[in-house]
Amino acid sequence: MAFITASWNPLGDAFYRKTDLYEMSWSLRDGLRDSLVAAAPYGGPIALLREPQRRSPSSRPQLEIYSASGGTIASFPWKSGPVVQLGWTVSDELLCIQEDGTVLIYDLFGSFKRHFSMGQEVVQSQVMEAKVFHSPYGTGIAIVTSSSRFTLATNIDDLKLRRLPEVPGLQGKPSCWVVLTQDRQTKVLLSNGPELFILDNTSCTVVCPPGLSPQDGNIVHMSVSFSYKYLALLTDSGHLWTGLSTLQEKLSDVDTKKTMAPKQMLWCRRPKSQQPSVVLMWDRLLLVVGVCNETIQYPIEDPCVLVGEMDGVRIISSSNQELLQEVPLVCQDIFKIASMAPGALLLEAHREYEKSSQKADEYLREIKEQSMLGEAVRQCVEAAGHEYDTNTQKSLMRAASFGKCFLTDFSPDQFVTTCRELRVLNAVRDSSVGLPLTHTQFKQLTLQVLIDRLVYRQFYPLAIEVCRYLKIPDYQGVSRVLKHWASCKVQQKDLTDDAIARAVCMKVGDSPGVSYSDIAAKAYECGRAELAIKLLDFEARSGEQVPLLLKMKRSQLALSKAVESGDTDLVYTVVSYLKNEMNRGDFFMTLRNQPVALSLYRQFCKLQEQETLKDLYNQDDDHQELANYYVTASYREKRLEGRLSLLQSAVDEYNKAKNEFAVKTTEDEMRLLRFQRKLDDEKGAGLLGLSLQVTMETLLSLGLHKQAEQLYKDFRVPDKRYWWLKLKSLAEKEEWDELEKFSKSKKSPIGYLAFVEVCIKCNNKYEAKKYVSKVTPEQKVKAHLAVGDLEGAADAAIERRNEAEIGAVLSRCSASNSLVIERLNRARAAIAKK
Amino acid sequence: MAHSARRDSPELPDFSILKRLARDQLIYLLEQLPGKKDLFIEADLMSPLDRIANVSTLKQHEVDKLYKVEHKPVISTSDQLCFLIRPRIQTVKWICDVVNTDKVPGKSRRYKIIFTPQKFYACEAVLEEQGIFGDVSIDEWPFYLLPLDDDIISMELPEFFQDNFLAGDQRWVRTAGSALHLLYSLYGPFSKVYGIGRCSKMAYESWREQVEEGEQKARQAEIGNVFLIDRDVDFVTPLCSQVVYEGLVDDIFRIKCGCVEFGPDVTASDKSVKVMLNSHDKVFSEIRNEHFSNVFGFLSQKARNLQTAYDKRRGMDIKQMKTFVSEELKGLKQEHRLLSLHIGASESIMKKKTKQDFQELLKTEHLLLEGFEIRECISYIEEHINRQVSMIESLRLLCLLSITENGLLPKDYRSLKAQYLQSYGVDHLLTFSNLRQLGLLVEQQPGETLTVMESKVGKLVNDKTAGKLTDAFSSLAKKSNFRALSRKLNLVPKTDEEYDLRVPRDMAYIFSGAYIPLSCKLIEQVLERDGWTGLEEVTRLLNGHEFAVTGSSGVDSRGKNDTQRIILVMFLGGCTYSEISALRFLGREKGYKFIVVTTAITNSSRLLEALLDNHV
Repeated sequence: MAFITASWNPLGDAFYRKTDLYEMSWSLRDGLRDSLVAAAPYGGPIALLREPQRRSPSSRPQLEIYSASGGTIASFPWKSGPVVQLGWTVSDELLCIQEDGTVLIYDLFGSFKRHFSMGQEVVQSQVMEAKVFHSPYGTGIAIVTSSSRFTLATNIDDLKLRRLPEVPGLQGKPSCWVVLTQDRQTKVLLSNGPELFILDNTSCTVVCPPGLSPQDGNIVHMSVSFSYKYLALLTDSGHLWTGLSTLQEKLSDVDTKKTMAPKQMLWCRRPKSQQPSVVLMWDRLLLVVGVCNETIQYPIEDPCVLVGEMDGVRIISSSNQELLQEVPLVCQDIFKIASMAPGALLLEAHREYEKSSQKADEYLREIKEQSMLGEAVRQCVEAAGHEYDTNTQKSLMRAASFGKCFLTDFSPDQFVTTCRELRVLNAVRDSSVGLPLTHTQFKQLTLQVLIDRLVYRQFYPLAIEVCRYLKIPDYQGVSRVLKHWASCKVQQKDLTDDAIARAVCMKVGDSPGVSYSDIAAKAYECGRAELAIKLLDFEARSGEQVPLLLKMKRSQLALSKAVESGDTDLVYTVVSYLKNEMNRGDFFMTLRNQPVALSLYRQFCKLQEQETLKDLYNQDDDHQELANYYVTASYREKRLEGRLSLLQSAVDEYNKAKNEFAVKTTEDEMRLLRFQRKLDDEKGAGLLGLSLQVTMETLLSLGLHKQAEQLYKDFRVPDKRYWWLKLKSLAEKEEWDELEKFSKSKKSPIGYLAFVEVCIKCNNKYEAKKYVSKVTPEQKVKAHLAVGDLEGAADAAIERRNEAEIGAVLSRCSASNSLVIERLNRARAAIAKK
Repeated sequence: MAHSARRDSPELPDFSILKRLARDQLIYLLEQLPGKKDLFIEADLMSPLDRIANVSTLKQHEVDKLYKVEHKPVISTSDQLCFLIRPRIQTVKWICDVVNTDKVPGKSRRYKIIFTPQKFYACEAVLEEQGIFGDVSIDEWPFYLLPLDDDIISMELPEFFQDNFLAGDQRWVRTAGSALHLLYSLYGPFSKVYGIGRCSKMAYESWREQVEEGEQKARQAEIGNVFLIDRDVDFVTPLCSQVVYEGLVDDIFRIKCGCVEFGPDVTASDKSVKVMLNSHDKVFSEIRNEHFSNVFGFLSQKARNLQTAYDKRRGMDIKQMKTFVSEELKGLKQEHRLLSLHIGASESIMKKKTKQDFQELLKTEHLLLEGFEIRECISYIEEHINRQVSMIESLRLLCLLSITENGLLPKDYRSLKAQYLQSYGVDHLLTFSNLRQLGLLVEQQPGETLTVMESKVGKLVNDKTAGKLTDAFSSLAKKSNFRALSRKLNLVPKTDEEYDLRVPRDMAYIFSGAYIPLSCKLIEQVLERDGWTGLEEVTRLLNGHEFAVTGSSGVDSRGKNDTQRIILVMFLGGCTYSEISALRFLGREKGYKFIVVTTAITNSSRLLEALLDNHV
């Protein structure tokens, strides 16, 4: 503890420190010599290709992939062409750029994913140098060919090759170059001797960094910072120029007095850096050059590789790995010797407190007097985040927690979050996982991406633990991990379909947000159709199963699943898909087994394709519906002949459907139509299309009694109906004599009360009275009342000794009929007595 | 009315949010098409739209002219056309014609189709087929629910009934599920969901699916239980003549979207008046649930009260008079106006309905419900047909006869059908085919012992197979089993005692004491038993598909007693005003508050008109 500052080196008014990250667990025979190495930032994996230039086919170079801690992830012999450059994409994919411009993409586990080419002309001219770079648009690649032409691809996932213009006077490859991303544009900055050029899409411009004269020599190395904001240029005279990458401003100009070109040169800075620096590496020396002109020198024993991070530089050697970084300000404040910063005092106070010394109180008092306790706690918490050593983390957090006790109204959020995050960080930093992330990097990377990275590396249990520990909602957390796991699981070729399906189902269960259909789609992609179907069965939402089933050509199954889902749009989608895929016969047969789909399609046909409807019914031998179809069609037909022939078709179908009633009715209709037509032609009666009843009515009102009579007989119209009809019609035309004659033609099937009522309705009381006598005894009272004959009604009611009827008559009596009332009351009393 | 109402009825949730939500969504969609535009509105969307956003609101959002969709060539000159339509293929085809007509002279306009409440794939397929898919932009206006009153919410989808029950087209089921989900997300979680009917079950499942897909928020429940019911569970109730005031007004004047147009015979002037019928109408809210025989008494009492209120001004000093004029007079005037309208309406109803014919009609209906003197009923119906009293009425009686009698005897079936066709035209052959498909008007099957056999088989084998068998049997013949149900549930009260309609004993008062509506009785029973236990026989007779599910969210159902007594009843396929009245009565008796959600308000005429073969 006391020696935290032992590894610190002052640089200007700041300090730099080297932190041990790992003892590398790999065992490299030849160290990092003669190897092409690519290590991804943010503690990413390391790829290593031994002797990439060796071309003898007998001994193929080995491509090895390690975690950042040196744990082997994959290793396989390189069988393709000579590799110029290795690199990692933002989603942990390995890019191998070959001499012929082909870029091969492998996943973390060394399985080949895809490849693309950097352009046709590259094949002849060969790639001289290549760089992989990251920008907000994704991962990009830049190459320079032996014909000195640059080609850029800003995002390899959305490949657009851009061939940059020629650089005047450039022969072979430039002495050095970098890719810049500025103002949403990707450019190349290159030097040729003492000259500096900027290449963009359209032009090549000579630039002059302020304060760097050509006398300083040729530019042999350049480096751009992690954020693309700063640029460092090294000349062959050992001058190191630093400035903004826009080349607008110079930061410093240091003479390193080293004339040999370094192997690597990188920026080392951190957000809110006080003292940014550039790190240069030679075979035996690591030089940290501050902007303030001061330097730190570290000797190196082994060949190393430097990896630029956003807040430092990782130094990977064959045996161990270190992080070189500027000590964060807050750590400086706390740990600097004799620091009086509140955090430092608090740490001291806590230390004394643990020793049970009263000095603790003194320290505390001192902080409190300046009312800096809150600040002290904040400093400790923040510093803990920046420390890599767990013991230091603990002591800082304990001090913070101790200080917190003396504060009221202090929000514990920062403390709690940092605790949690540190726990997660410590877990992923473990050498078995090998993600040496700093807290700053973690914040930049975000938790989501960290989980993704764990998932890419197949640390599923850890990922799930992290999600649960940080209480991430299932959708973004556990479910996502499970989804990846399952997609990976279905690719295991050594397991049977059943075993995989069972395993997936057991683990995934019904976690929200995990779609079995997605997993099944993956299985199908891997050529395991049977497994896909098994997995689809677990999918609760049938709607989700359909698209994949269609893709798998399981259309029948797709249809039944669509029907199950209850989503008619989905059913319809499948139906229209089937309609195009199948021949008509099969299509109809399929529909026939799915009544829901069938009725849906029928509805559609009714409105869109009448003919198809007919075919559908035909196919099903549904004669009833077919007949109905013809009947419907007949209404649309204007010409009588067409109508009759359609009706005839309907009759035929009804016959087949054994619907005798419909046959007869339809035949009647045809007969009626012909009859109407005839009369229309003869008399212009305008009957066509009327119902039988209305036809007869019209005939009667036209005085065509004979024809009406004929219809009555021909169509076996019930007597009652005909009588009603004639009665009404005659009454309406006020042909009272005819009516009387008619009433006497035979015994009325509708009784005579109807006559009375109809006459009354036509306001002819006189005629009505004629029929009262003929009314049956049961209806007499009603009849008398209808014509307003109270006396008669009373007589009838008394005669029938019917109490209800007497009551009915009474209710119609007014005071003036006192005589009648008296009689009725008497009769009622008499009945009651009995 | 001297109701023995429980005073502790819970408060209803505020449904005006639904309106605001719909309006905001519509405005958002209109703003997606900036600049002046002409709006074409589907005819049957006019009234619902009017309840949501009036013309000035639309104008504010740069709607220039409003047109009704009439399937005719458009005359609009605007270069932006917006169509607000139901997802119907006919309308979409018309739009295709409009666009294609514009294409001929090379006129370029922007077209936007807003489907409400949702779009269907078939509509898009038509657009694609006609080659204008790229020319129009498509949106959905999720306007699922229109609150018609404090306790009535309508989906305004009358076609739900035909499409679902007649054509077997289930496309609206999901819509119903979404509507339920909307209510759930605004007023849920529900503590228990009951339901009966195939469609109800599917709608329930669709809703559950949406619940599981969406995120759950813990919130204060405002609705307790939910009851879903299919219209085809109970066809008897909507086929009966309505005699409660609101139902009668609907039967005679046709209430449209909570609004009725009273003609000159009611207003006693030469103008028609449109009146909103809801609980804000003080006069109406007091008589809407009354049996018609009481309405006049009420109105005259009301008139007397009004007179006394007017009379108060006599003997007032200036100051009192001033307050009277400023505070009370306006209210009184308003009440006066409404009162005279309702009196006019009542008179008009009286003229139509108190005649001998109507009494006999009611008597026949009651006989049918009770199952007495069927022969006489048949001859009454025959006469009805022969005299061509009314096409729909005759059909209604025929259906009522068939359902209550479990189908007609083959002889009767044929003769009645033949007579009907002779009276109203042979095209009704297809209408009959529709009615048979729905089981509304059927011929008795020779093997009428099906039920007996079924129950015997059911006892022999285990439950699951029995269920399958029942399904198989029920698909053989859709039977109503009305008589058995009526006995089981006591739907027809004993006739020996006089029923005082002024003091209703039970829900039967809405049919003059002759019949308790089956739908409402089911709801009552299930709520009382907290599920379907003990109703197994009944559900079997109704072809099953019943369910009762306790809310998954595990709401502490105890404690919040008030919410527990708010019941949402969702009718799939429509409900009548009489049923709503019956539920209101039930609510008063048992201390529940019912919220009725329906796909549309229906009555016997609307129900049957939907089944007439409309010559498509």
